Amino acid sequence: MLWGVVQFPGSCDERDALHACELSGEARLIWHEERDLGGIDAVVVPGGFSYGDYLRAGAIARFSPAMEAVTEFAAAGGPVLGICNGFQVLCETGLLPGALLVNEGLRFACRQVELLVERFSPPAGGKSFNLAGEPLSIPAKHGEGRYWAPEEMLDALEANGQVAFRYAPGQNPNGSARDIAGVRNEAGNVLGLMPHPEHAVDAMTGSTDGLQIFDAVAGARV
Amino acid sequence: MTAPATDSSPHRELGLTDAEYDLIVEKLGREPNGVELAMFSLLWSEHCAYKHSRKLLRRLPTEGERVVMGPGENAGAVDVGEGYAIAFKVESHNHPSAVEPFQGAATGVGGILRDVFALGARPIAILDSLRFGELDSVRSRHLLDGAVRGIGHYGNSIGVPTVGGEIYFEEPYEHNCLVNAMCVGVARQSEMVRAAAAGVGNAVVLMGASTGRDGIGGASVLASAELGDGDHAKRPTVQIGDPFEESKLLECCLELLAKGLLVSLQDLGAAGLTSSAGEMASAGRVGIEIDVARVPLREADMEPFEIMVSESQERMLGVVKPARVAEVIAVCEKWQTGAAEIGTVTDNGLVRVLRDGEVVGEMPVEALVDGCPLYDLEPAEPEGWIYGNEDVLAARVAAAAGADADPAAPESALLALLASPSVASKRWAFEQYDSIVGSRTARRPESADAAVLAIPEADSAIAISIDGNGRRVACDPYSGTVEAVLECAQNLACAGAEPLGLTNCLNFGNPEKPVPAWQLDRSVQGLADACEALGVPVVGGNVSLYNEGSEGPIYPTPVVGMVGELPDPNLAAPSGFAREGDAIALLGPFEPSLQGSELAKLRGELDAGLSQPDVAAVARACATVREGVRSGKIASAHDVSDGGLACALAECAIGAGLGCQVDLQHLRERGCSPEEALFGEGSGGFLLSGEREKLEALAGDGVEVLLLGKVSGDAIEVAAGDRSLSLGLDVAGSAWRSLGPQAEADGA
Amino acid sequence: MAKARVLIRPKEGILDPQGKAVERALPALGFEGIEHVRVGRMVELEADDPATLPELCEKLLANPLIEDFEIESIDGA
Repeated sequence: MLWGVVQFPGSCDERDALHACELSGEARLIWHEERDLGGIDAVVVPGGFSYGDYLRAGAIARFSPAMEAVTEFAAAGGPVLGICNGFQVLCETGLLPGALLVNEGLRFACRQVELLVERFSPPAGGKSFNLAGEPLSIPAKHGEGRYWAPEEMLDALEANGQVAFRYAPGQNPNGSARDIAGVRNEAGNVLGLMPHPEHAVDAMTGSTDGLQIFDAVAGARV
Repeated sequence: MTAPATDSSPHRELGLTDAEYDLIVEKLGREPNGVELAMFSLLWSEHCAYKHSRKLLRRLPTEGERVVMGPGENAGAVDVGEGYAIAFKVESHNHPSAVEPFQGAATGVGGILRDVFALGARPIAILDSLRFGELDSVRSRHLLDGAVRGIGHYGNSIGVPTVGGEIYFEEPYEHNCLVNAMCVGVARQSEMVRAAAAGVGNAVVLMGASTGRDGIGGASVLASAELGDGDHAKRPTVQIGDPFEESKLLECCLELLAKGLLVSLQDLGAAGLTSSAGEMASAGRVGIEIDVARVPLREADMEPFEIMVSESQERMLGVVKPARVAEVIAVCEKWQTGAAEIGTVTDNGLVRVLRDGEVVGEMPVEALVDGCPLYDLEPAEPEGWIYGNEDVLAARVAAAAGADADPAAPESALLALLASPSVASKRWAFEQYDSIVGSRTARRPESADAAVLAIPEADSAIAISIDGNGRRVACDPYSGTVEAVLECAQNLACAGAEPLGLTNCLNFGNPEKPVPAWQLDRSVQGLADACEALGVPVVGGNVSLYNEGSEGPIYPTPVVGMVGELPDPNLAAPSGFAREGDAIALLGPFEPSLQGSELAKLRGELDAGLSQPDVAAVARACATVREGVRSGKIASAHDVSDGGLACALAECAIGAGLGCQVDLQHLRERGCSPEEALFGEGSGGFLLSGEREKLEALAGDGVEVLLLGKVSGDAIEVAAGDRSLSLGLDVAGSAWRSLGPQAEADGA
Repeated sequence: MAKARVLIRPKEGILDPQGKAVERALPALGFEGIEHVRVGRMVELEADDPATLPELCEKLLANPLIEDFEIESIDGA
């Protein structure tokens, strides 16, 4: 199992993601200028402030050669996990629906949150991220993490089972619509979430619930 | 001696005295031209030359077995094993933050990060020590908000976690806030580099952002003079930071160092190119030549002196062997950061500034960097307390406990203290910081008494604390400073860590006036004696003087940052109680007194005088707690400080969601009143919890352990004679978590 | 070269906490009677071919899902 973690100028959590990936396989960094994902089984688009978050978070990163390659990889069914800034990049690229806006409280917030996992039945031939269903304790740290989509789109996401994670009641740190913390695409092979599972893989730092998310994405490569 | 506003002599406008100007003329053998005068005015300013403090700083102990780099380099560094070193330093950015708090604090973080990666160390942690006026002032709320957002903006964007810090609110800082930023980094000792320029004929390469007019004259205009009215006119001189640029520059520099492409490296901070080039040349005992026409500029038509003193951020200066310049530029291009060869290392002992090959200014390196006269202070102890008092207790009780609360009840005092912004939880602030990026953080803010980070490369861990209490130093500058050092050591002990080294930022008033001079002198002596007694070397630091306005000086505020090591990050004890049923004990030579205490402040009863800590006894207590934490005998450990034992008990209880039942009788037998036992402050108190027999077994060899009670219930119950109190956890928690509402209060 | 200014603002109906915060702060500063504050972005540029600007805005400068944009051409050179 070979993970690829995209690295943009301004990425912050790519090494943390790399370390988390290495717990369930091998992993390498993909420099933003690389077009060749040869041999990679799953891609992580990590957290941070790619290109300084200039213009809009993720707006510039989506045009990088690496993201063009990731878009093709995803179109062919390859599993892609977007974390925080990575989620923002995937929404800007159109690989995931919706957009991430500035936190309702206008402040960056770093705190542990409890995530409820939505059950998911993949469409015929689609991928299944086999998450157990128990709430996950994962740290969230962002200033622009308020998930938004027009009401009709949100209704469609719910109906399709595309909402992957929600903040537990009272735990929504940013005003996200319908407490949505993460979504998947229709085919189920692209997953994005604002909280950081790569920071919940070591007992030393608190929770190890993040491991389940990496295992689930790794499992989806079959 | 500082420039009178009406004087029009150029040198006086730039902050130089007549005597200093004459000395420059003597050293040059002629009058200086405009470029030279600008350069001298900055390097001979207090901020750069430490004119009034350098002699005092010689008293500090700077050597030790574990010291890898001491004062004089970009940052200090200590050996952490397996060939690795921990680099760290604290610096102030007070005056810019008072003018524009967001950018002032942000660029303060940017600057201290550069000092650390200039050594070749990857920054792994930031801590910040902030001081503002009371929160009922709109200005102070504005400064607090801006500074916290600025630190978050810079640290979060560049991906270095902010893992700790402190924030105090005291009237004397109303017009002179303090923003001190500390950075800690890790480096392979074999890849570390010094600042000294070397190799005659080597190239001088400027890397990073382009140069504009940021901060022109910043050092001399802002940092060497008291802030008066009309300081809003100084707004154009505040530097603007770009953390994205610094992130690229950081990776670029670390890659250059790993590839052995740099002979030496220096960051550009106060006084820009002038100080970097000058200090590199001075350290290397060489000369240096800079052609300003080769400096990439952001603004057209900049004059040579502007280019030499610009404080544009995110720039580094490197010395490179000529054959390797092309490779250096290639690495910079890969990281999308600027690179330009702008000069040469020479052997003529001069700093020479050219424009397109023509000399526009030159002076001997020695004159520029080391030729500034150093001044003796003329200290004089003041008569009593000079800072004023205000009785706000009734008002604070009403705000924290409701209008019907009895201000005389001990519960009321405890609630007022817990809600006091200096004592209250700082969660509102630290949640605006990313404290976990990098995956090293084993103890996040307010979960333990010190930040704890894993250093897996050295199979080890470090603990970091930053502490200071200006008010108590104002009561007695010597003892107050000793206490600050002990506080750091105690916090480290609670995390199971042994101190390796110390950095300090000395924030004081105008040293040319007798009382601040006395405060500085006594404080430095206290710092020297405490470090000597504890065996902790000072590996670097910073001085910020002239923090004073028409209302008088700030509280004398030495801020101490200490780094310690522990074998395994998982050993660090939490501050809050661990388990229902555990025993609670007080360990150490704690002799509580209301002198200089938070309660005395609320009552308006502050006065000169402070109890003298017994350093040796506190050191023994630290060693015992450290061992007890490492061996698992101690389940939780919290240092008793602001607000005394009652506040410490409340913090442990609220943090854990577990109440306590304690009796302070044994403590009172040491000779203190019920009120002193509850709210008195001083060094040497460790509040521990754990299994009773294990806590009792910690006593011996000059270390006392008093059993106080147990972890139990959902209230904080403290028996203290006629001042016994009982406070529900919910009510106490609300008060302790009220910083946010106070910080965000609307209106004037 | 044609000079242009692009104004980008959040779509109506999307919560704009920055606009709200500004609006809330105004009375305390002595400004009454100000409503419906919305905070956006402004980009200035010079383009060889102004016909490419709408596509540039759609693809990069604005996110059409959440933002509206207006292109103004600036008179002069």
